[in-house]
Amino acid sequence: MINCFKMFSMDSRLLEIFLNSFTRILIPGLLVTIPLTIVAFFLAMIIAVVVAIIRFANIKILKDICRFYVWIIRGTPLLVQLFFAYYGLPKLGITWTSPFICAVLVFAFNEGAYASETIRGSLNSVSEGQIEAGYCVGMSYLQIMWRIVLPQALRAAFPSLMNGLIGMVKDTSLASNITVTEMFFVTRTIVTTTYEPLLLYLEVALIYLLFSSILSKVQTVIEKKLNAQVGK
Amino acid sequence: MLEIKNLKKKYDNDYVLKDISFKVEKGDIISIIGPSGCGKTTLLRCLNFLNDSDQGQLIFDEETYDMANINKKEINEIRKKTGFVFQNYNLFLNKTALQNVTEGLIIARKMAKEEAIKIGEEMLNKVGLLDRKDYYPSQLSGGQQQRIAIARALALNPEIIYFDEPTSALDPELIGEVLEVIRQLALEKRTMIIVSHEMHFVKNISTKVIFMEDGLIVEEGGPEDIFDNPKEKRTKEFLESYRR
Repeated sequence: MINCFKMFSMDSRLLEIFLNSFTRILIPGLLVTIPLTIVAFFLAMIIAVVVAIIRFANIKILKDICRFYVWIIRGTPLLVQLFFAYYGLPKLGITWTSPFICAVLVFAFNEGAYASETIRGSLNSVSEGQIEAGYCVGMSYLQIMWRIVLPQALRAAFPSLMNGLIGMVKDTSLASNITVTEMFFVTRTIVTTTYEPLLLYLEVALIYLLFSSILSKVQTVIEKKLNAQVGK
Repeated sequence: MLEIKNLKKKYDNDYVLKDISFKVEKGDIISIIGPSGCGKTTLLRCLNFLNDSDQGQLIFDEETYDMANINKKEINEIRKKTGFVFQNYNLFLNKTALQNVTEGLIIARKMAKEEAIKIGEEMLNKVGLLDRKDYYPSQLSGGQQQRIAIARALALNPEIIYFDEPTSALDPELIGEVLEVIRQLALEKRTMIIVSHEMHFVKNISTKVIFMEDGLIVEEGGPEDIFDNPKEKRTKEFLESYRR
């Protein structure tokens, strides 16, 4: 342990690599990892809400399509989905203008499937009686869903959805495999020239930890606000 | 004003309502009593189409509806004229007391917000909860929630209000405040159908009492007739079980 500490503090070459690479890793983090996560997660939420409502409302045919989608996505590895989409789909004539777009869509559909199950569970947790009360005051099914049920369901699902978001930040490292130049891709490149895997992988891990910690903090703040909104 | 003819309803193959017919005149306060599981609540829910029916006619303001084959438009027509107060209040948990009352006015009736708020505040005042208008249901007692639910039903100015065991979910000390609100509505000659186990209250407030058992109306009549001189043996037995 002491040796290890000495190695980092005494060796000026390592310190220099650490400091030089810090911005080199952080910048693609801010320019690729974060935007990839935000856009993919935003799309995932739209997919999840639509899929959850279709399954909750039991809409014929559509609900079967949605169930099939969730089955496929949950039953196959994310890495396989990335490879299938980026290297496989072009064989069917679907080509990507950039690996980034491909990654966004794969992450969106992947997270959308998981999040739809979370939201569906939360929709079920809103009491049936509130839906009936909505009917009794003359509201339509969609009005009740949009104004009464969904806001409560999303509030209940919020901690789990944030879990998914934090998971996605880390999973974006998989996109390095389809040549997206995000943090981990850049880190691997630096390792091949400096031969310092211990230091650099530790460094990139710390940056992921930093991103996740910020999101955890954001989660706590938003949760407090959401609870205040229902008087808790 | 409202008439039900030959209403039947079954779950699987068991009839829970076996041929129910009765009439409601304007200003009537009809109480439905009977043992648990006799079909009182189901009857009320069928009247507002929260449950579907297998047979029956509903005549509302001279308009006749086939209860077993009714479309969404007709259901909405009827629901516009009715209010429903649930046993478990069923307030919208993500809305404040005032928003609960105005939601139907603004969203379903497309009323201007200012006007809806004016009516909402008036209704909350009526049930004595104007000072709680910005509270969420989770911050209110059961009795207060039920009074807000009554205000929500009143806001839409229904011709008839259905009460489904409005005090059954309440702690004993909170029952009084809810009954007091219903009593006020009775003084205003509101037309109401009340399913209740509060026999003393029912006897005092009703213009007509219906005793149901096993999916059938066993006996109906004025409160004195039913409570003091029941004709049917079953009615006697039921009421005696309450006196004990």
